[in-house]
Amino acid sequence: MEEMTFHYSYIMIVILLVVGLYGMLAKRNLVKKVIGLNIFQSAIFLFFIKGAIKEGATVPVIDPELGVEAGLYFNPLPHVMILTAIVVGVAITGVAMALLLTIYRHYGSLDEHRIMERMSK
Amino acid sequence: MIQNLPILIPISLILFAFLSAFLGVMRFRLSQSVALLGALISLVMAVFGLNHVLQEGAISYHLGGWPPPEGIEFVLDHLSAFMVLVITLVGFILLIFPTRPGFLMDEQRGVPLYAMVLMLIAGLCGVVLSGDLFNLYVFLEIASLSTYALVSLGSGRAAFSSFRYLIMATIGGSFYLLGVGFIYFSVGTLNMADILQHLPAVYDSPAVIGGAVLIVAGIALKMALFPLHTWLPDAHSYAPPIVAAFLAAVQIEVSAYVIIRFLLDVFTPELMTATVPLTTVIGWASAAGIIVASVIAIAQTDFKRMLAYSTVGQVAYIGLGIGLANPLGIVGALLHIMAHALMKSCLFLIAGGVYHKTGIKNINDYKGLGRRMPWTMAAFTVSALAMIGIPPTAGFFSKWYLLLGSFDQSNWVFVGVILGSSLLNAVYFFRLIEKVFAPSEDKVEKGADSRGELSWRMLLPIILFAAGILVVGALNVFIVDRFLMPIVAGF
Amino acid sequence: MAVLVSLAAFGLIILFRNRPNLREAVTVIAAVSKLAVVLSMLPDVLGGRYPEITLVNLSPDIGLALRADEAGIIFAMLASMLWVVTSFYSFGYMRGLPAQRQTRFYASFALCLSATIGLAFSANLLTFFLFYEVLTVATYPLVAHKGNPEALAAGRKYLAYLITGGVVLLGAIAYTYQVAGTLDFNAGGFLPQDTAVSSLAILFALFLIGFGFKSAVMPLHSWLPSAMVAPTPVSALLHAVAVVKAGVFGLVRAVGFVLGPEQLHQAGALPFMLAAAAVTIVVASLLAMRQDNLKARLAYSTIGHLSYIVLGLALFDAMGWTGSMMHIVNHGAMKITMFFCAGAIYVRTHFANISQLDGIGHKMPWTMAAFTVAALGLAGVPPVSGFISKWFLVQGTLNLEEFALAGVFLVSGLLNAGYFFPIVYRAFFKKPGTKLVTGEAPLIMLLPIIITAGLSLFFGLFPDAVFGFYELAERVGQSVTGGGW
Repeated sequence: MEEMTFHYSYIMIVILLVVGLYGMLAKRNLVKKVIGLNIFQSAIFLFFIKGAIKEGATVPVIDPELGVEAGLYFNPLPHVMILTAIVVGVAITGVAMALLLTIYRHYGSLDEHRIMERMSK
Repeated sequence: MIQNLPILIPISLILFAFLSAFLGVMRFRLSQSVALLGALISLVMAVFGLNHVLQEGAISYHLGGWPPPEGIEFVLDHLSAFMVLVITLVGFILLIFPTRPGFLMDEQRGVPLYAMVLMLIAGLCGVVLSGDLFNLYVFLEIASLSTYALVSLGSGRAAFSSFRYLIMATIGGSFYLLGVGFIYFSVGTLNMADILQHLPAVYDSPAVIGGAVLIVAGIALKMALFPLHTWLPDAHSYAPPIVAAFLAAVQIEVSAYVIIRFLLDVFTPELMTATVPLTTVIGWASAAGIIVASVIAIAQTDFKRMLAYSTVGQVAYIGLGIGLANPLGIVGALLHIMAHALMKSCLFLIAGGVYHKTGIKNINDYKGLGRRMPWTMAAFTVSALAMIGIPPTAGFFSKWYLLLGSFDQSNWVFVGVILGSSLLNAVYFFRLIEKVFAPSEDKVEKGADSRGELSWRMLLPIILFAAGILVVGALNVFIVDRFLMPIVAGF
Repeated sequence: MAVLVSLAAFGLIILFRNRPNLREAVTVIAAVSKLAVVLSMLPDVLGGRYPEITLVNLSPDIGLALRADEAGIIFAMLASMLWVVTSFYSFGYMRGLPAQRQTRFYASFALCLSATIGLAFSANLLTFFLFYEVLTVATYPLVAHKGNPEALAAGRKYLAYLITGGVVLLGAIAYTYQVAGTLDFNAGGFLPQDTAVSSLAILFALFLIGFGFKSAVMPLHSWLPSAMVAPTPVSALLHAVAVVKAGVFGLVRAVGFVLGPEQLHQAGALPFMLAAAAVTIVVASLLAMRQDNLKARLAYSTIGHLSYIVLGLALFDAMGWTGSMMHIVNHGAMKITMFFCAGAIYVRTHFANISQLDGIGHKMPWTMAAFTVAALGLAGVPPVSGFISKWFLVQGTLNLEEFALAGVFLVSGLLNAGYFFPIVYRAFFKKPGTKLVTGEAPLIMLLPIIITAGLSLFFGLFPDAVFGFYELAERVGQSVTGGGW
């Protein structure tokens, strides 16, 4: 895995991870937290996809000309995993949004600090 | 049919979840009955499964007929059979508790409340039955999603706590996923048994170590292992009682299970102790967690919050057992999973029942309840004694094994922690016992019209749990010898 | 078997909470049948056979095992005999005062007795611990019975002390298992010969502290005087007999049947125990003299006498052990007499302080006579049984040429006299104050008092009669120390 040309993508992934984490933990607005969550998860997805790439390979659809040798195609398994994970992520985002709606109904705000103030009344 | 058990359990639960949702549109009561039926069926299957495993060994089911390591495998072995039994048993008993006090909401048509609960149970069963890393993730998230929704039912505060919980737990799940990725890319397979075979070759690679760390860290978040526990007190205290019971008694334990499974069957203890002292870290974090959580629990005045902090401490006991990484420690941890499931469920149901009947949440107001609710408070006493660790309750025996395990490793600090925390637990539980049995003063208490014991429907699960605590205590050798020792054989 | 009897009683009593007569009948039946069961095992034990039974396993290799051996049956007989008497006594006492929550009272009592018998007959440390903790929990409602803040505070203190002791014990037990691989009691100890001295020392310290709580060895004793706030039958049976004797019995087991006096002797650990016991005896006696509250004085006296027993256990000498075992019984009988008297006095006069009791001997002659008998015994005057046990204890110290310790016993005998005789004197030789308008104790209370006082006298004259106490005690002493006189 240690080819120089690939390093830049890992750095990007790490940056996204950090951005996502920052968003989730440091931002006050709840929606921004959810966005941070999504960024965070996306970083992980990218990581998987990254790992599926093989040098000199192509999209994992069998091409009659190339034959069935496995080494010529990208690894499809991570792709599949990520599809599932994306769906999970969407579901989580959906539930998070529903929660946000409830919170807003109760507290009239989506700002974390304001909500905590109102909670402790 | 038996061969299909590993997949049948989660699938049937999911099926019943849908059934419950649909029927619930017509009449709400139907959805609860359906859910109860589904839980019962899964319990029966769990028992069958356990029996089969004990006699003939593990069952492995390949999804779609694709053999591993390419295919997805579901495994029913000693460990997963034990866990499934705990999950379905607790789930079933919890579902008996009536809706209004349990979930703090009225019965409304079209609200798929029980469907969610069944999904939760299904997800948890799927986690323990999964033989495949990624599959585990999927079911873990199924379960977690259900909990986010269920927790938010309590009140406005509950929704916010649930949101916080969602964020933190999803981070945990994502870390897990990332860790899985690391492992996958190092070993080339997702199947746990397969990884076990291939791992020794790549033990030392930073990717594998990193993967292991990430996985454990992610699960630790979901398990509320100190210091990653901050989401728990709010989520558990504001969630409706049954949900809190599910969380504390089952969901957290399942997270602990994941670590145990990894420790035993994927990474093997050598990896976890040799290259990266993961178990050591878990052990010490747990030790700290036990003490800190118990101390904070003493300071609480809200009953459910006290129970929530107590849960953090109790889960840390399980973590302690994991941290010891020796047979006795793991046995203690597993037994504690069962014991704590029973104890905490009982306590949360009591909290819910009392609140429903009398509106009391603050422990100072629990004065004199012993007179008015003798059965409930008797069950409370049993559970409290079990939490402290007084024989012959189940709580004592799990601590006993943990103690023996600590002695085995000459880990005096752990011994001190276990013993000292029993004292701390005694402080906050006896305080309550004392209040409960003191004669109530003659001023009129809140809800003076609510004289008398809880309804039998509320009492039934409470008593069942309390009885279970005693039964498990009495039968603990049976359980240990037959169910648990085989799990750690080969150490 | 015997355990089950009172366990059943516990359940039944709760069931019949609304019918006082039935409830009390159950108590009596349970008490009597328990005694019968215990006695039925006596011939076996005297003959050297130990009936035993192992119920479900508590842990792999460790069963919930019960075995009736000499030491166990001594304790069991004491507890069951006295329960019968105490049951009658408590009927009188509780009826005599406006009493609430009698169901809880009798039910807890029954549970306590179950636990005590279970303790007595435990064949291994884990079983013992189980019953020990149950005893702690079951006695709590009795201590805090009155429910007023004072009682609750005493109860809290009681729990704090005893549960701490329990936790320390748990550590000791786990460690023992670690070291020895088994927990079965064995006369003379079961630790392997090559146990490291440091381990031995740690274990000894842990057991001593753990059991020291319940045995009220100073400085772990202060729960006992506070617990006097409990109703007198509770104080009588539990704190003169069951709970505290369970503590010393624990020491009997720990020193005699786990660690082994021989090993301890060689490790030089015994002097600590001796010192603690000796200090306790003297200090407690001194403190007793300062108490005006009758029950408090009795409490401190108990603390002192318990340490008589502890001291005997710390002697590596068969006679000393015999003396200790006998004193378990004798002190039990004598002290319970005194507590019964105190309770009777309170019921009749509502007076609890000694300074209020001038001339009561004229009004309650039988009661005070019994009191006097008991006092004589505790001070060590023949022919009351206290003399016998004391004699053996002193012999034990002399055998080891520990003259200082012998001196301690003699001095404390004097001190005993010093704090009991003024009571007797005042009772009989002073004129009753005008406030003292009362009659003799009610018959149902008086009878037990006379019985226990009578027992004290009886055992003083015929220590071996009927029950073979002496024989049993002697056997314990010999088997534990592995040697003759």
